[in-house]
Amino acid sequence: MGDTILKMSGIQKYFPGVHALDDAYLEVRAGEVMALVGENGAGKSTLMKILTGIYPKDGGTIEYFGQEIELHGPKDAQDKGICIVHQELNLMQDLTVAENIYIGRESTKGPFLDKAAQNKMTEDLLNSLNLHIPARTQVKRLTVAKQQMVEIAKALSYQNTKILIMDEPSTALTTSEIEDLFKFIRRLKATGVGIIYISHRMDELKQITDRITVMRDGQYVDTVNTEETSIDQVVQMMVGRVIYEEPKSHSNVPPDAEVVLEAEHLVSNDVKDVSFRLRKGEILGFAGLMGAGRTETMRLLCGADKRDGGTIKVQGKEVKITSPKDAVNAGIGYLSEDRKLFGLCLGLSVADNTALPSLDMLSGPLFVDDNKISKATGEHVEKLRIKTPTIKTLIRSLSGGNQQKVVIAKWLYRDCDVLIFDEPTKGIDVGAKSEIYKLMNQLASEGKSIIMISSELPELLRMSDRVVVMCEGRVTGELDIAEATQERIMTYATRREVG
Amino acid sequence: MAKLETKPAGETLAHKKLDIQKLLAPAALVILYVFFSFAGNNFFTVDTLKNILESSYYIGFMAFGVTFIIITGGIDLSLGTVMMCSALLGAYVFKQLHWPLIIALLVTVGVGTLFGFLNGIFVAKLKLPPFIATLGTMMMSQGIGSILTNVQSQTWPTATEPVGGWFKKVFIRADIFGIKGFPVGALWLVGFFVIATLILHKTKFGRYVFAIGSNEEAARLSGVNVDNWKVAVYTLSGFFVGMAGIMYAAAYTTITPGTGNGQEMNGITGVVIGGTSMAGGSGTMVGTLIGVFIMAVLKNGLSACNLQAPWQTFFTGLVVIGAVLLDIYRTKAANKVKRS
Repeated sequence: MGDTILKMSGIQKYFPGVHALDDAYLEVRAGEVMALVGENGAGKSTLMKILTGIYPKDGGTIEYFGQEIELHGPKDAQDKGICIVHQELNLMQDLTVAENIYIGRESTKGPFLDKAAQNKMTEDLLNSLNLHIPARTQVKRLTVAKQQMVEIAKALSYQNTKILIMDEPSTALTTSEIEDLFKFIRRLKATGVGIIYISHRMDELKQITDRITVMRDGQYVDTVNTEETSIDQVVQMMVGRVIYEEPKSHSNVPPDAEVVLEAEHLVSNDVKDVSFRLRKGEILGFAGLMGAGRTETMRLLCGADKRDGGTIKVQGKEVKITSPKDAVNAGIGYLSEDRKLFGLCLGLSVADNTALPSLDMLSGPLFVDDNKISKATGEHVEKLRIKTPTIKTLIRSLSGGNQQKVVIAKWLYRDCDVLIFDEPTKGIDVGAKSEIYKLMNQLASEGKSIIMISSELPELLRMSDRVVVMCEGRVTGELDIAEATQERIMTYATRREVG
Repeated sequence: MAKLETKPAGETLAHKKLDIQKLLAPAALVILYVFFSFAGNNFFTVDTLKNILESSYYIGFMAFGVTFIIITGGIDLSLGTVMMCSALLGAYVFKQLHWPLIIALLVTVGVGTLFGFLNGIFVAKLKLPPFIATLGTMMMSQGIGSILTNVQSQTWPTATEPVGGWFKKVFIRADIFGIKGFPVGALWLVGFFVIATLILHKTKFGRYVFAIGSNEEAARLSGVNVDNWKVAVYTLSGFFVGMAGIMYAAAYTTITPGTGNGQEMNGITGVVIGGTSMAGGSGTMVGTLIGVFIMAVLKNGLSACNLQAPWQTFFTGLVVIGAVLLDIYRTKAANKVKRS
């Protein structure tokens, strides 16, 4: 392990009314991967924004290669060799790889761009990183994983990069792509770059990081060696309490329970003859790699996309679902993996969002019954323990976990019996996650039937009564929870043809 | 328990913020009015007040209609020419074809509604961008009006005409309630303002308007038939534009083919000054009403200061930029407080 190249100590940051960072501490050595973990709001991103010069600090010192430095803006941080790869990709989709990497510092020949030189530089850079991506390709033609690599390559194209911050680089990646990313990170380590790795995925920390720094409520908790610690310990430090993440041992649903939803031979562009059954009170997990067609299947169920074939039966009766309205009327509620894009009207209040699917029932002949809406919303806010100042508060200002609960409230109020949770805990911190889990279990025990798509195997094993595994648009396996293991699921998830 | 304690505090805070926001536009209106009362010649008179009202009628109706569209995240560039086209055709069937005045009025409103419906079909069903669709109907309506009237100016009945002399009395001013020249148009404006407010803020339709503007896809996935509601929004707006046609006719009597271009900007400007976001998802009808009045006060006030049309245009532009800047600043400030 190399020398300490970065030491941030006693960092203070105040926002109006909030003490965002109080005595935060972070140390990075050359050639190590330092994980930075903590719940949402723990202060990770604020600390990183100070390190990359986006926010000025209100106290504390930053020591960089043994010297105390001040950072004057993002450009200054970059010039000093501190680069960040953001969680959201910031590439311009219509430009080429080379144009993206050298944006703002294009090679020129007189008044004109020197594309040839720029492409050459890019190819050299990508080759040196062992990445096989053509420099002239438009970024939008690359997979998300490749785009991620381009982002990293861009950060490293600044010759002197010594610290690379990766903010949740694996969220959009499939398992095999994550493997590629890790290989890449290991090669990078060998060159002496210090890497700060932010992630919510605990299993990844074990695989890739050397040390873990935990933050909680804007404060430094501890730094531990990854090898000498367990995931449970880290999680405990993060939340300050014990969370049990044990897989379910057996299904809670009797095998003869009533079948609530039956999908038969669903077909579309991305879905190839998918059939399955969902029983009352069941949590049915859907496993698979990214692109396995799970979300696409669910979008057929909820009428969001056009179906080319197949039938859907609800409570034994065939229903015609050609639009989301039909699905909602049939009692199917869909909680998208992207709440902000598909689930919520961010600019509207908690009450308006909750009432949106149910306005037919909440309106008189002329006007909507606002008293009824307030009452109903209030009840759900209480039942789901949604933390919001008032029901008139705009959704935008709630945390991710609470936003997710509002989406749940909206379907519960619509009296949906089938709830489809697509990656329900994506981007939600550990504490809120366990609350969502509790809620799902509670709903199932109340007789709601739940489909849960998840890319996190521990989550699937913990929540599901049964697991359906998909690969390339087909169902490749179905496992009762008693016989499901991560290995078995992965075997099915990578099986191209049905056996 | 803790939740119960924080609730009242949060509520009062939200109320306070809301109050300041709500008061800003009316305060601007009052300040402008007071300012011109001192600065202008003969501004602080009943006649000027009537002038302010009368120049607001048709702009107000256009603005009410397009408020719905803008909140859904759309735009209507055809407001002005559709208004003229409807007024033109109404006058044509009355004067040239000698249809009864009441039918002519129905034709006027009908033409507006029809164009609104067309806009709705183009935007919601054929998926044209609203800017393009309404740019098309803007030109089409201007053309149609000229073609059907053979490019002849059309006139509506004046107050002294034997046939249809009641037209101006019903829509502009009349000697009623013991007042000479009572501004009847204001009753129409206020009446339809109340109706528009109720539709926007109290009905299912209104909620869907906000939901579509805030996140169309989320609304669709919530079981809202977005396409049909959008057609309804544009059609309703078209109805208001038809009404604007009547109010314009009542105020100006003579309608010239080939005009109306640019009037849409008066309507849209009123909405924007009133604090409705062009990005959709937020806005109020009362804001639009105040926005329209601010423009009318500005127009009459500047002319009372002997500053003529070019200056009025210039200052209206300044107000638009100021109002929107203020709005952006306010939203930013609000977001900052929220994040902390």
